[in-house]
Amino acid sequence: MSSSGDELPDEERTLRSSIALDEILIFGSPETRRRFLKQVAGTSAVIAVGPRLGLFAQKISETAGASAPASTAKLPLQLKINGKDVAVEVDTRTTLLDLLREDLHLTGSKKGCDHGQCGACTVLVNGRRINSCLSLAIVHEGDEVTTIEGLANGEQLHPVQAAFVEHDGFQCGYCTPGQICSAVACIKEGHVKSDDEIREWMSGNLCRCGAYPNIVDAIKDAAAKSA
Amino acid sequence: MNPFTYTRAADPQQATQASAANASAKFLAGGTNLIDLMKMGVERPTQLVDVNRLPLAQVEELPNGGGIRIGALARNSDVAEHPLIVQRYPVLSQALLAGASPQLRNLATTGGNLLQRTRCYYFYDPAFPQCNKRQPGSGCGALDGFNRIHAILGQSEQCIATNPSDMNVALAALDAVVQVQGAKGTRSIAIADFHRLPGNTPNIDTNLQADELITAVDLPAIPFATRSHYLKVRDRASYAFALVSVAAALDVQNGKINAARVALGGVAHKPWRAQRAEAVLVGQAVGEKTFRAAAEAELAPAKGYKHNSFKIELAKRAIVRALSTVAATR
Repeated sequence: MSSSGDELPDEERTLRSSIALDEILIFGSPETRRRFLKQVAGTSAVIAVGPRLGLFAQKISETAGASAPASTAKLPLQLKINGKDVAVEVDTRTTLLDLLREDLHLTGSKKGCDHGQCGACTVLVNGRRINSCLSLAIVHEGDEVTTIEGLANGEQLHPVQAAFVEHDGFQCGYCTPGQICSAVACIKEGHVKSDDEIREWMSGNLCRCGAYPNIVDAIKDAAAKSA
Repeated sequence: MNPFTYTRAADPQQATQASAANASAKFLAGGTNLIDLMKMGVERPTQLVDVNRLPLAQVEELPNGGGIRIGALARNSDVAEHPLIVQRYPVLSQALLAGASPQLRNLATTGGNLLQRTRCYYFYDPAFPQCNKRQPGSGCGALDGFNRIHAILGQSEQCIATNPSDMNVALAALDAVVQVQGAKGTRSIAIADFHRLPGNTPNIDTNLQADELITAVDLPAIPFATRSHYLKVRDRASYAFALVSVAAALDVQNGKINAARVALGGVAHKPWRAQRAEAVLVGQAVGEKTFRAAAEAELAPAKGYKHNSFKIELAKRAIVRALSTVAATR
């Protein structure tokens, strides 16, 4: 089951980790996703982290007033996403998840169940993990949001991202952004003292592929390295 | 989701005034249940009054050894790991940690958890035409339907839904007091009087008035609550609602039970304080025989349905297990 990659020849390790990198970046910007879909063979990927949120925000501000019917008047909202100040206007009904995905095109955070049951939408708000699908965007005035797109440092993966690649902590990858955001918080909270504790404190993130053993390994490894 | 207006309350008074002025307004705290129900079309408020910024998130000691006050906006995760709660009321910490997931507990508040609505499938999905709780007079789809997760105690022919909260079960065992503030002033509601049995009005979950805002939950000083335990039995190891749960605390002196607190979850429309069981326990010697007798007494009036009769024996065994665990706690 476990595939640490230790036994693989260097060339294949590089290839595998670049594929994995691409897979992780499926959850990155739309451009990366499109590129990935085009070149399934997976050559080396350029990490495109941190889209120009200000620009997105500006576009939204420009169009909101003209197109919005009076019954769905939008409210101004300012918050910080992945370290960047964002000013948008949102319909009161917009969830944080929909703001990220639909308005800001940060499609890394996934909509799985949209009812707080699967954890695919997990993001960090002021350092704490939450289900972004059950939280209205408008309540997050002034908050600092970190999504999967904001974890890496330039081209250097966040240690938890790197551990998921190293330990093959995914199969289809759809739950992975939520798993990784949740794992980052889980480690920070200190709930990683045993396999059982990791399983319990990661139970809000479902993986239908059943990559759980490797996810636990990845979190243990990342926790040990960050200790 | 239906359109609604959004108001951010700056203080409790502003919140209750906004709510009093609009009968279909709802307070918004963590939103983990309300937003979900709004997506489902079960809740359709025309206004949300956001109370998240109110200064009601503290957990603090009440003066003169009077127990602990938990602010209504204290998040479930913060309460569960607060040293005062972990040390003095482990049953509450354990109950909170048994509920939902870490991400949900980071959003969910103490006040919101008290108001959590049932997870009865027939209530939660408007595609089902019958639900007296959602649509008074429409009937109960669960009565002759899929009722595996439904009530066995205190139910009526109108509704066999259960209260889904773990926290509430611990609060019931601890005789918590809910502090509320309305347009007309403040009042205290004992936890036993907070939630209602369904009777002929299953559409009304609690005795809270529409304009009333929960501001805090007080836990009285109960020295023996340091010996307490929450047992949750569910379909998977974590992240599932209780089929049956038990909050229990025992005051044992020289092998004899001086006082007992037992409450059940997953079995009734409200967190079920097991007074019959407590009456059997007090004065008796600690031991499985006593615990089983208490469990038999509590479940004597239980009534099961096609798919949930197993809960009656399950609840008895869960009571015995929970009490045995408490008895073995130093």
